[in-house]
Amino acid sequence: MIIDEANYGSTLVLYPDGRLDQDTADAFQERLLQAVSAGKEAVIVDFSKIPYISSVGLRAIMIAAKQSKSDGVSLSVAALTPTVNEIFEISRFNYVVTIFESLRDAITAASDDALNAFEAG
Amino acid sequence: MLVRFWGTRGSLAAPMTVQTSRKKIRNALRKSIGHDLGSDEKIERFIDTELSFAESGTYGGNTSCVEIDGGGDEYVVCDLGTGCREYGNAIMSKSVPQKAPVFNVFQSHPHWDHICGFPFFVPAYIPGNKIKIHGCHDTLEEAYRMQNSAPGFPVDFDMLGADIEFVKLEPGKEYAVAGMKVTAMEQYHSGDSYGYCFEKDGKKVVYSTDSEHKFESIDESYGFVDFFRNADLLIFDAMYSLADAISLKEDWGHSSNIIGVELAHRASVKQLCLFHHDPNSDDATISRILAETIRFEELSEEGDALKVCAAYDGQEIKL
Ligand SMILES: [Zn+2]
Ligand SMILES: [Zn+2]
Repeated sequence: MIIDEANYGSTLVLYPDGRLDQDTADAFQERLLQAVSAGKEAVIVDFSKIPYISSVGLRAIMIAAKQSKSDGVSLSVAALTPTVNEIFEISRFNYVVTIFESLRDAITAASDDALNAFEAG
Repeated sequence: MLVRFWGTRGSLAAPMTVQTSRKKIRNALRKSIGHDLGSDEKIERFIDTELSFAESGTYGGNTSCVEIDGGGDEYVVCDLGTGCREYGNAIMSKSVPQKAPVFNVFQSHPHWDHICGFPFFVPAYIPGNKIKIHGCHDTLEEAYRMQNSAPGFPVDFDMLGADIEFVKLEPGKEYAVAGMKVTAMEQYHSGDSYGYCFEKDGKKVVYSTDSEHKFESIDESYGFVDFFRNADLLIFDAMYSLADAISLKEDWGHSSNIIGVELAHRASVKQLCLFHHDPNSDDATISRILAETIRFEELSEEGDALKVCAAYDGQEIKL
């Protein structure tokens, strides 16, 4: 699985690409846990290129959410595709992480310096 | 094969309150405005076509008790939660006995919600009846005896009229009971629990409650895929949401609708039946969970089409 990333001030954004299932969840989880422990204030996962997420993908998010809580890092997800958005609701993962409609909304909520860096491109 | 659900609730009996029943009546009457309800037939049609299951009925509040009728000459039932009171009464009310008075109970585990109907299971009081409690735990007899003894209950176990026998089973081994092939499988649950697979005439029913599924990936290496394989009906513990089952309620020994669908797909199950409903869920909530589960099954686009239902007290599924 290809996972691009970008730094906006003290916020790290991950851009995973593809289905989050048995074949990809391990790599995703590893990258996500790295990101949470990278010393940033906030980590945002841009979900716009994830067409589907299975229970193992959700489990990776749960593990990262627990880690982020103990590390004091804010973890959120943004720009969910309609299918993934429904799966988050059905599995009640909408109560596990904060969901933002767009990446810009998530960055705005993260911090001013993140938004400035994002706007500056 | 015929499966009859006498109790479908998890953990604790959860009867409906007067407020809830009044709300259902109010809602039904409001919806009936403008409809012609001039005969019983028209009223029945109105109920069937204009009201949802949660509006016109209830999932019920009895704890686990599921009858498996493979057409054999003895009775077979999984667990004796509070649902077994009505099961026993239904058998007693028949003027001509349907089967020989031998009751084969398959015990998932001795937690209270799975045994607590037994003191009110009338066939246990009748001399000449035989009750065989099958299970893989060493503690079943102890649990049943403790329940039927002072100070908890006035009728001591030894005073019961029926001949009661405890039959120890080994998981993975095939047994022939009441004309069916029965196999047990160990499940992850506090104190262990066991699922049971019943097979007869090419039909397969799996009763798998009080079972948490912890796995890295759902592939052939996960034993339950094989245990559930090609089941015509999988009765599955879907008590919690996935988020709860793997966080707050991790290791509480229960599973979710999401895992149920994924496992059922992987095992090519034909029908998934959500079971062991949370006593905190009202009828509308269970119906919502069912609708969401059907939707998740559509979204998951894996395997053959899977039918999904939510068990209710009084339900019959013919296979
Ligand atoms: Zn239970
Ligand atoms: Zn239990």
